[in-house]
Amino acid sequence: MAAYLRPSALPDALEALASRATGGRGWVVVAGATDHYPARVGRVPDEDVLDVSALGGLRGIIGGATGTAESGWRIGALTTWSDLADADDLPPLFAGLRRAARTIGGLQVQNRATLAGNLCNASPAADGVPNLLALDAAVELASASGVRRVPLGEFIVGNRRTVRRPEELVTGILVPPPLADTTVRSAFEKLGSRAYLVISIAMVAAILEVDREGRIARARLAVGACSEVAERLTALETELRGRRPAEAPAIPRSDHLATLSPIDDVRGSAAYRQDAALVLVRRALEALAG
Amino acid sequence: MSGAPVPIAFRLNGRAVAVTSAPMRRLSELLRDDLGLTGTKVGCDAGDCGACTVRLDGRQVAACLVPAGQLEGTSVETVEGLARPDGGPSALQAAFLDHGAAQCGICTPGMLMAASDLLATAAEADDATIRDGLGGVLCRCTGYRAIVEAVAAVRDGSGPTPGAAASGKVVGARVRKVDGLPRVLGAARFGADEVPLDALAVRAIRSPHPRARFTIGDLEPLRTRHPGLVRVLTAADVPGENRYGIYETGKDQPALADGEVRYRGEAVAALVGEPAAIAAIDDVEVPIEWSPLPPLTTIDDAVAPAAPRLHAEAPGNVLVRGRLAMGNPDEAIRTSAVTAAVEIETTALEHAYIEPEAGWARRVPGHSGDRLELAVSTQSPYMDRDEVARILGIRPDQVRIIPTACGGGFGGKLDLGVHPLIALAAWHTGRPVRATWTRPESMAASTKRHPARIRISGGATADGRLTGVRTHGEFDTGAHASWGPTVANRVPVHATGPYEWQAVLATTAAIHTNNPPSGAFRGFGVPQAAIAHEALIDELAERLGADPLELRLRNALRAGSVTASGQVLRASAGLPACLEALRPRWRRLRDEAAAHRAGDERRRRGVGIAAMWYGIGNTALPNPSTIEIGVSRDGRVTLFSGAVDIGQGASTVVAQIAADALGLPLERVEIVSGDTARTADAGKSSASRQTFVSGNAARLAAADLRRQILQLGEVGPDVEIEPAPGRLLLREPGGRAAVIELGELPVVPVTDATADVVLAGRGFFDPETTELDADGQGVPYQTYAFGAQVAAVEVDLELGTTMVRTIVAAHDVGRAINPQGVEGQIHGGIAQGLGMALMEAYVPGRTENLHDYLIPTVGDMPEIECILIEDPDPAGPYGAKGVGEPALIPTAPAILAAIRDATGVRITTLPASPDRVRAAIVAASR
Repeated sequence: MAAYLRPSALPDALEALASRATGGRGWVVVAGATDHYPARVGRVPDEDVLDVSALGGLRGIIGGATGTAESGWRIGALTTWSDLADADDLPPLFAGLRRAARTIGGLQVQNRATLAGNLCNASPAADGVPNLLALDAAVELASASGVRRVPLGEFIVGNRRTVRRPEELVTGILVPPPLADTTVRSAFEKLGSRAYLVISIAMVAAILEVDREGRIARARLAVGACSEVAERLTALETELRGRRPAEAPAIPRSDHLATLSPIDDVRGSAAYRQDAALVLVRRALEALAG
Repeated sequence: MSGAPVPIAFRLNGRAVAVTSAPMRRLSELLRDDLGLTGTKVGCDAGDCGACTVRLDGRQVAACLVPAGQLEGTSVETVEGLARPDGGPSALQAAFLDHGAAQCGICTPGMLMAASDLLATAAEADDATIRDGLGGVLCRCTGYRAIVEAVAAVRDGSGPTPGAAASGKVVGARVRKVDGLPRVLGAARFGADEVPLDALAVRAIRSPHPRARFTIGDLEPLRTRHPGLVRVLTAADVPGENRYGIYETGKDQPALADGEVRYRGEAVAALVGEPAAIAAIDDVEVPIEWSPLPPLTTIDDAVAPAAPRLHAEAPGNVLVRGRLAMGNPDEAIRTSAVTAAVEIETTALEHAYIEPEAGWARRVPGHSGDRLELAVSTQSPYMDRDEVARILGIRPDQVRIIPTACGGGFGGKLDLGVHPLIALAAWHTGRPVRATWTRPESMAASTKRHPARIRISGGATADGRLTGVRTHGEFDTGAHASWGPTVANRVPVHATGPYEWQAVLATTAAIHTNNPPSGAFRGFGVPQAAIAHEALIDELAERLGADPLELRLRNALRAGSVTASGQVLRASAGLPACLEALRPRWRRLRDEAAAHRAGDERRRRGVGIAAMWYGIGNTALPNPSTIEIGVSRDGRVTLFSGAVDIGQGASTVVAQIAADALGLPLERVEIVSGDTARTADAGKSSASRQTFVSGNAARLAAADLRRQILQLGEVGPDVEIEPAPGRLLLREPGGRAAVIELGELPVVPVTDATADVVLAGRGFFDPETTELDADGQGVPYQTYAFGAQVAAVEVDLELGTTMVRTIVAAHDVGRAINPQGVEGQIHGGIAQGLGMALMEAYVPGRTENLHDYLIPTVGDMPEIECILIEDPDPAGPYGAKGVGEPALIPTAPAILAAIRDATGVRITTLPASPDRVRAAIVAASR
């Protein structure tokens, strides 16, 4: 009989993970289970499940409007997409991420799926990743022997591959504060073939931090579903620095997206994705230009 | 299953419950299998369809994605908890009934739960918020319009709209569906719902290869390893003929493949046993040795000279050819002032009914041989009966098909689904056996819409008269015959559109490949053909500088026209009226698009139009229906209708017709539907025939019964009949009354041997058609539906995405027996046509789920205006024809024409997905 554990305290979960860290059967970690079951349609695999959904203290967003913005925000690993979408008190920095929150599956999924699960599942089309990349988010990983923080760009290393070790659990996502003395705007553009319940053909997250002179102090953009792991557009970001937001939409060129490596699939051709990503980048910047 | 069963306490529909469950059991399974609450439906087990939506602590969730282990201390609400305390429908449920928001009813519980969450959290929701709230539930029947209206009505507190129609006046009234209440209450029993607790399960082992030979090794070790595995079935276990199919000449599909498979998904073996034991067996444990062969994946592959022959009886892999010839089209085209040619290509499409194939069977001992009863979701009980009998090698009367509620068919449930394997398993084991296909299995194993490659060329005179037309369509009929002959024979009649041509040559070929069998899908090839002929008409209009609507109107078939098959349309050919009704909308929408065009460089609007016709019923083949209606000794009136309601409203329509013909209020007519042991054969729910054919049979049956009652009561034709316990009260206008004491009458035989019927009417109707000669000349159908739709779209030129803003649909339905039902069919047809135009593409092995195979969601639907043209057909019941398939046919060509209008590019390979549209725009700008 396969095992099932649903601890309510983090140390118990970490101890369980540690006990299986080497050799033999590992734990399959489940929280909202919205990626778990779809991978098991018509199958009942013999596997051991660590259900982390009851762990205390891992749900919710700390920081932001409550006055700790200097130190950034901590999104607990059990925070759902609906929690995020409903968090009206979050600053404009999160507008793109919150928009993405309402495009992930249907409400049925948004009400259950966690942001951390979206990262751990590491789909190239994960809607949370471009935004969190643009936010320079870090992933907090806890194990019985301690806690480490890994920048999201280093956490996901391939299609459905992360650097999470078997004994580790993602406990939170850390979002650093924006640059001081800037006005922040963020946007998210998602392209799909239908209105709801749609997997992205391509998507773009963009954040602009604008200084008191009205110039872009920092631009952060990321493209998803156009490479194995979503990518930041660093060349474009550099070029946007110092420009005014109103000028920004005219700046992106195809060579800014040259590092992408989209694939052909049922949702769209590679050439189309490459082409569309540039359009989405421009539109995201247009949305932030005003 | 992970984990030992644990006790779980939670609240369910307001009551505390305590269960013991494996913690990783899905909430949907816990509700359905352990707690018996089958109102929660399972459509995909992957969170893609929302049919299983319930509320967990108030919020909508997919029950298929919730582990039982997470329920401790929570509160769950299901559809069963929505009704009023007295069991009656809540305001929301009543609104679904009143607005026709439930057709087949399989998505209804999920929609209701999503809506109840929405209304609880956003009582002031605007329509966009309503769409957001419902966006996670897919519906394949309604086109969502009625659902949004129903939810908006509850938000607004508006009460029920329709009133009861007077006796004898229910035809033409917007009545609630007669079978609607159980659908909104979650009480309707679909294929997977009413299964005996002790039933075994059967699970097919399917080919992962499109073409292969295989051998099955020693199965004994598998049985030893899995004690719950009762039996493994292979081709050797088929006692009768191991082949089935629609036509006598097309019985080429095995119940279990015998050494060779012809498509990915073909069943080669079946595991029969305890459900949990069967589920735990990995496919690779079954000892099958595969020798893959190079598959024929395209029509070109299949017709290549060196191609292997997939079926001995189909030389060159040509299943069948169709032909219609009239006059000399080449000469007519050559002498035309303008000519045009178009070639189009369509892809395989999946029906995507939200209810996967499901049912159960049991063997029943009998005096003259054991019988087999199958309760299945089906569109064709009588054909199912005969096919199952053939496979088992028993008489048809030894098989009883009891249709369950059908959670969507659209043609896909006209072929056998779970039937062969549950039948074989129940027959061999003597135990009840159930099967429910998973979504990937349903998509891999079931039939598809024929991929088609159609070329068409034609001409017109300078003053806009159509001259000659030539068209040839090649249809990929896949691995087995299925309904391929129907497509090949129906298409030539319709392939040149609803127009008067001087000369026609229309040919078709259905070609076998190693793709999934192409079968019946709403329109039998005509929707594909319409894309070609409507593009041709538009091309001719462009060359003539003519208005596309006016060119169509000028050449429209109408009463008095002679069709290309030589048939004179004597009446009820209302295409001109449809086009004239559309004209003001067409002009307004074109003006609006032109005005918008001046303002936005990035998004362009365009408007397109398309027309259609569709022959009702089988093509030049007998197509009879028999319906019975009886008065039982206790005074109840029952309509025994074999016309299966698959959500399209057949039960309501035949009941309305029978009620009026008999002279009773609708609610006095009870209905027994589609049980082969209780109803006479009313054919299949296909070819848009049930209103016309079975409706006529119902009318004749009721008229027959009324005549007998009048005779027996010795009363005049204007009598009012009032059934009462044990008697019929007959009141004549002058005050004279008579009574028929039913208890004194002998029981009369009807198909239902258990019915205590003392007065019975019987109606038989078979459309008047003739055989077609080698040139396709004759009378293929007794009547035709006509229609036209205008689509207004907005195309994002940079991204290639298309949003359909408006569709105006005008359909000549002869007579709308239930206008709400007709509109529901139109809405749903438009949704499927929109999907066909813009997003749907089935790729074997790649899109076998509902997140890669996209069907429209509530947010993809345009504003829809329905215009019902009622040009009565003298042969139709109260003038009615059919609308089920016609509604779909003009949608895709109208949308494609609108894209052309907006962008200047004509998309000829479907679907017009964003990447295709964008590529065409880029190519055109070079």
